[in-house]
Amino acid sequence: MPKDGIGAPTKRREDLRFLTGNGRYTDDINLKGQLYAHFIRSEVAHGQLNSVSTTAAEAMPGVVRIFTGEDFVTIGSIPCGWQVTDRFGAPMQEPRHPVLAHGKVRHVGDPIAVVVAESLAEARDAAEAVEIDITELPPVLDMKAALAPDAPKVHEELTSNLCYDWGFVEENKSAVDAAFASAAHVVSLELVNNRLIANPMEPRVAVGEYNAWDDQSTLYTTSQNPHVIRLLMGAFVLGIPEHKLRVVAPDVGGGFGTKIFHYAEEAFVTFASRQLKRPVKWTSTRMEAFVSDAHGRDHVTKIELALDAEHNFTALRTDTYANMGAYLSTFAPSVPTWLHGTLMAGNYKTPLIYVNVKAVFTNTVPVDAYRGAGRPEATFQLERLVDKAARELGVSPIELRRQNFIKPDQFPYQTPVAVVYDTGNYHATLDKLIEISDHAGFEARALESKARGKLRGFGIAHYIEACGIAPSHLVGQLGARAGLYESATVRVNATGSISVFTGSHSHGQGHETSFAQVVADMIGIPATQIDIVHGDTANTPMGMGTYGSRSLAVGGSAIVRATEKIVNKAKKIAAHLLEAAEADIELKDGKFSVAGTDKSVDWAGVTLAAYVPHNYPLESLEPGLEETAFYDPSNFTYPSGGYGCEVEVDPETGEVTILAFSAADDFGNIVNPLIVEGQVHGGIGQGIGQALLEHAVYDDQGQLLSGSLMDYAMPRALHVPFFRVDHSSCTPCTHNPLGVKGCGEAGAIGSPPAVVNAVIDALHRGGYTGIKHIDMPLSPARVWAAMQNS
Amino acid sequence: MTKLTMTVNGRKMSGTAEGRTLLSDFLRQDLGLTGTHVGCDTSQCGACTVHIDGLAVKSCAVLAMECEGAEVTTIEGMANKDGSLSVLQQAFQDHHGLQCGFCTPGMVMSAAALLQDNPRPSETEIRHHLEGNICRCTGYHNIVKAVLAASGQPVPEGVTATD
Amino acid sequence: MYEFEFSRPTGMQEALAAVAGGAQPLSGGMTLLPVLKQRLNMPDAVVSLTAIPEMKGVKAEGKLLTIGAATPHAVVAREAAAHYPALAKLAGGIGDPMVRNRGTIGGSIANNDPSACYPSAVLASGATIRTNKRSINADQFFEGLFTTALEEGEIITAVQFPIPLRAAYVKFDQPASRFALTGVFVAQYSTGVRVAVTGASDNGVFRWTEAETALSTRFTPEALGGVSLSPAGMMRDLHGTPDYRAHLAGVLCRRAVAAAI
Repeated sequence: MPKDGIGAPTKRREDLRFLTGNGRYTDDINLKGQLYAHFIRSEVAHGQLNSVSTTAAEAMPGVVRIFTGEDFVTIGSIPCGWQVTDRFGAPMQEPRHPVLAHGKVRHVGDPIAVVVAESLAEARDAAEAVEIDITELPPVLDMKAALAPDAPKVHEELTSNLCYDWGFVEENKSAVDAAFASAAHVVSLELVNNRLIANPMEPRVAVGEYNAWDDQSTLYTTSQNPHVIRLLMGAFVLGIPEHKLRVVAPDVGGGFGTKIFHYAEEAFVTFASRQLKRPVKWTSTRMEAFVSDAHGRDHVTKIELALDAEHNFTALRTDTYANMGAYLSTFAPSVPTWLHGTLMAGNYKTPLIYVNVKAVFTNTVPVDAYRGAGRPEATFQLERLVDKAARELGVSPIELRRQNFIKPDQFPYQTPVAVVYDTGNYHATLDKLIEISDHAGFEARALESKARGKLRGFGIAHYIEACGIAPSHLVGQLGARAGLYESATVRVNATGSISVFTGSHSHGQGHETSFAQVVADMIGIPATQIDIVHGDTANTPMGMGTYGSRSLAVGGSAIVRATEKIVNKAKKIAAHLLEAAEADIELKDGKFSVAGTDKSVDWAGVTLAAYVPHNYPLESLEPGLEETAFYDPSNFTYPSGGYGCEVEVDPETGEVTILAFSAADDFGNIVNPLIVEGQVHGGIGQGIGQALLEHAVYDDQGQLLSGSLMDYAMPRALHVPFFRVDHSSCTPCTHNPLGVKGCGEAGAIGSPPAVVNAVIDALHRGGYTGIKHIDMPLSPARVWAAMQNS
Repeated sequence: MTKLTMTVNGRKMSGTAEGRTLLSDFLRQDLGLTGTHVGCDTSQCGACTVHIDGLAVKSCAVLAMECEGAEVTTIEGMANKDGSLSVLQQAFQDHHGLQCGFCTPGMVMSAAALLQDNPRPSETEIRHHLEGNICRCTGYHNIVKAVLAASGQPVPEGVTATD
Repeated sequence: MYEFEFSRPTGMQEALAAVAGGAQPLSGGMTLLPVLKQRLNMPDAVVSLTAIPEMKGVKAEGKLLTIGAATPHAVVAREAAAHYPALAKLAGGIGDPMVRNRGTIGGSIANNDPSACYPSAVLASGATIRTNKRSINADQFFEGLFTTALEEGEIITAVQFPIPLRAAYVKFDQPASRFALTGVFVAQYSTGVRVAVTGASDNGVFRWTEAETALSTRFTPEALGGVSLSPAGMMRDLHGTPDYRAHLAGVLCRRAVAAAI
């Protein structure tokens, strides 16, 4: 085996360019004759757009053209990639989403016009001379108020602000209600999953280029999935066939979901570059990102748990309002439904579950997937509720969980919410968590805190997620308008080096390193002989991109399938060269040998023969060594884990300090433990951010109060401790060739409830027993206010 | 437009700038040094950190014209003369202190300034020093670890990287 | 930003002439440049004060510490430590290291951001603000939100701090901006105790006279037992209510006294 094969903590090769300033991000691309686009955006949340006058601005220096909504009336709507069917069998309400606003503006940040000029400064100067006449309308902000019969409508063409009213599993509803009616105990909780802004450190950028002679358009964009953008923009918005449209997502500075979606700015620069026959570039500022990047989460939920006299969970019922914002972003409808309702069983044997979700349009930025997408919402509700149940019943939250966990011998496990968990061992991750968090020493540490006037608390949370998105036939039934397979082409070069073209995309996940390890392991050559190519529709096969912790489970599996084809063909070539039967050929450590003999040919000997086929079975085998595979998973994967958080609360100020954070995850097999550990760290950092710091807040006029990094608090190095991370309790996935489950989102899913449970524990230990819940973020002011009201 | 000359990564470089041109734009646009990144507009994120006359500053909050005649060091000037990674850069790779790479130039420039002043900083000192640099990927764990390692100090347990 | 004419004189007279001619003085730029970037201000000319040697430096003479207006926070953190540790600590806690390498005391107090750290030290120390035209007592200098006694064409050249017997500053960070959600500076002089609170009031930094009276009698945290600040007039934003800020001022004041003694 090569030393850098599967399982090796290989250093990342991509780091060399990033550490020396040689990465190539979209904003680093500057094309000859490039123009600059500046978007003029709505400053009001809701208004009638009466007129946009560009006459004065058009005469300003450097201005090439000013585009308005009028220019896009005959252009397609920004499409939504998922159609949810409501409880009554009707499709969701789906409004038009124009590239530039026309007739109405629907959120602060809604683009109204774009100035394209020779320089960015000139574009900005001229933008101030564009006259916009808007009659303000009352904004729709609160979700429950938005559903009142007399509420103003975000979209006139719809019957109401309700996108859909979804029930799952609708047939279970009466049985669930009956179980509640006969329950020994019922525990309920109302909570908010705070609205967040993903804030990858690289703001979005789009550069459109058009070559009139070949009628070729190229879009360089900060995307997690260039093929998806090409399909959505080409087919649905601009009407450009795939062979005339190339989408390139070069180095991308983080995504976290918010760079999955097709955005108006991408369509705009592509359209404008075709109109003007010059490249057009748009670079978002951070403040612009706050009002134009899709936001995340924003659920308001009531959840109830029924238990029998022995504290077994007998039924679960939830009622959620999910904010869609002003338009349907690409995958928005799927997040509160199929990525949320199907996870409500969590790690538990609860036999009956009913989930209701009302998705609502409001005059806010569209809300879509953010790291975890639906699964953090499910986990947060459930794990807060189980903690509250333990507290109300006077039992240990750890034991209540253990009692109700699905047992290791019950896998595969059919949940009452459609999904079948293939493997897992929740007892093992819980035990490991208790060990690595030194739970046994907690009481002594709590006393030590008390002596310093501080309140120490310990909280745990368990999570399950559905990753490896997803079996295409299944998601098709659920409303997806795309397949969710992944692709790979393995091109073996004549001298034996390999270029792997993947449809997934790396924007921090380290695929260039870990994907090479997979191929190296299968062939038995060093990973340094293998390069991973991604991010360009011109050279990668049609793939669905990177999100939902799917890249290794689905994209990696496609690479395995393509490499298997390579190995099969190479064996045929070797058999010919060695004058042996194909069945007798063995591949080990990059060498083909005939079983039971000392006859062998090395990897490069075979690959050279494939391209210089002088001694080659041409009558039965094509020359060359290049294979493509499309892998469509047969099930989701189900990573799970136990997270523990230890906090100290300052009773005088309400300040929460995270003293320790431990994570015991089951990710199945692990290809690169160094990278996996890093993914967990990053997820925990974001989860702590959600729990303690981050909040996108609108005022009653629909102005975003947390509209810059001066008010939207991002976690910094001093907000977090070193984390304790363990991956020794992994149960391999049974249905993909690598046995992997995915690790990208776990940290962000498991950590918020662990943090909040720890704070509630600390407050109860400090005598503030009246506090049942505090909504995130648990800022010092909120914790202090809860203590005052307790 | 005014002609502007400064020493960047040891080389005298000239370009033209308006009064309003930011140092970050001058470096990226005029000098083509795109390793310096711009991640925000309120001087919060630190991705644009460079050194001016040996001091770490946020180049998105400095006018280019203020740097006439100054010695500026950017991420492109941090590797060893032979092109190999410096001790600090190597520690970032060894300890997986970066993921998407966007905040990385600022992190390295900021951490380098810390180690100049304080060759053996404690974990707490590192975390406080990095409060002007936001990373969205790593949860800071491996960044702090890398800075500890670069200063020759023990690091918390974890996976040990291989080549 | 709108375009402006930029100059960076090395002499005071040249700078003053530019300011008299309407140029916007620029010191470290940590506040001014973000404002200009957002096009909230439209100066025709900007004059940098950072190349004028006599506007920089930290100098202790007897019981007075004089800090040149264009002295960056990092220099104050280092050079004032031996003379006025509480002030040095405050300077060393502003923003982050990169901000401290650029931002200056003159720029900070001329801006008078209601959440900035420096105004609390200046006010609690009863410092004297020296300008090109006159000397202004701290009690007359801060006039409210982003407002000072500075007139058109007037720039701060130095700030003179009487060195207290004991002092401390305790800041509670606003987690996003790193400004003070509330900060309290306590300084004990032979003539009495002065307490200044920043980050709390809608009207900017202010002296908390009730706390001063209590602490002038007895300089201990316990002396503040019966003293509390009214939430009336305190700021309300995403990060704290008026009640919270008023409460925090009390907690921080006690902690500052504890740190000073």
